[in-house]
Amino acid sequence: MHRFANPARFLRLAKVILPWSSAIAVLCLGAGLYFALAASPADYQQGESVRIMYVHVPAAWMGMFCYTAMAVFSAMALIWKHPLADLLAKATAPVGAAFTFLCLVTGSLWGKPMWGTWWAWDARLTSMLILLFLYLGYMALANAFDDPERGNKAAAILALVGAVNVPVIKWSVDWWNTLHQPASVVKMGGPAIDPSMLVPLLLMAVGFKAYWITVLILRGRSEIAAQKVRIIRMAQIHAASRGE
Amino acid sequence: MTRKQRRLYFVLLGMLALGAAVALVLTAISDSLVYFYSPTDIVTQRIPEGRRMRIGGLVEDGSVKKDGKTVTFKITDITNSLPVVYSGILPDLFREAQGVVVEGRMETDGQFHASEVLAKHDEKYMPKEVADALKKSGQWNDGKTPK
Repeated sequence: MHRFANPARFLRLAKVILPWSSAIAVLCLGAGLYFALAASPADYQQGESVRIMYVHVPAAWMGMFCYTAMAVFSAMALIWKHPLADLLAKATAPVGAAFTFLCLVTGSLWGKPMWGTWWAWDARLTSMLILLFLYLGYMALANAFDDPERGNKAAAILALVGAVNVPVIKWSVDWWNTLHQPASVVKMGGPAIDPSMLVPLLLMAVGFKAYWITVLILRGRSEIAAQKVRIIRMAQIHAASRGE
Repeated sequence: MTRKQRRLYFVLLGMLALGAAVALVLTAISDSLVYFYSPTDIVTQRIPEGRRMRIGGLVEDGSVKKDGKTVTFKITDITNSLPVVYSGILPDLFREAQGVVVEGRMETDGQFHASEVLAKHDEKYMPKEVADALKKSGQWNDGKTPK
């Protein structure tokens, strides 16, 4: 793990992974959307509305997955002071926030025809909304200080504190009565979802993850480049002031 | 102990303490975190009339009666059932043996006057053909209405 904390090594690795991750993202999302919107059957109860699920569920997984990744990066940044860890945590936050938002919106669109309401303050929906606020708080806090070091540290602590929400989201439907249905895929006794519907769901999930890796590499790269530029500029200013 | 190790243990201990604190709080306020009560809760706990609340359960088989805009039905958790009165638009998934959540008040007439009826969806996803085939072969088990 410590080997990859070196920016030069990250850049070399990124170069190898980037074509693969972007190709997998495009292929999986293309195939996944085709199956989800056209080639998969309608549900016996929900009819065509089931197609919302192919975006909603992978987006929800992404929201929780990105937060977990962000918390792990933040812990690495706090404990080992890896120069890359802060950067990757900050690159993950907007991706996670966007997918969490997508999950809430698609869920709302599904809830109206199925449940009969856009929103319910049950444990699952509320904890997911808290997740979105945690992302927004993280991004705001990371940029709230003049000294980026202090901002990173404060945001990393928030990311770790907020991590307790992730298991609460996952098991909220089992611990309390909720309007939201219990888990269909990751549960005891195997998935309660037909294979013809599980395949597009998993394709979308893999596509989203590959998208995250691609964004992480692109943002990591540009941040490393920006830091180099900053260092060179500082050196120039120092040199110029000494020359006078 | 190096500084890195000290920070590692500090973070681990902090997460452990925080997790324990959250777990305790959630267990303590568990009652107010439930979205709805079951008909059995209502019958056994004698919740006062006129208090606004939500009840969740199944629409009892053969209990739905429509009279113009007003619908009466019984909501059940197999052990106990409660009569519900509602006038308004029902969600598409509303039908007998379907899980629903009703929001309203228990009135003095012994009926639950609902101002909102929400349909609950279960975790099963399958094409219609599969559902029909399962029903035909007698393998159909919706897990909620034991016969």
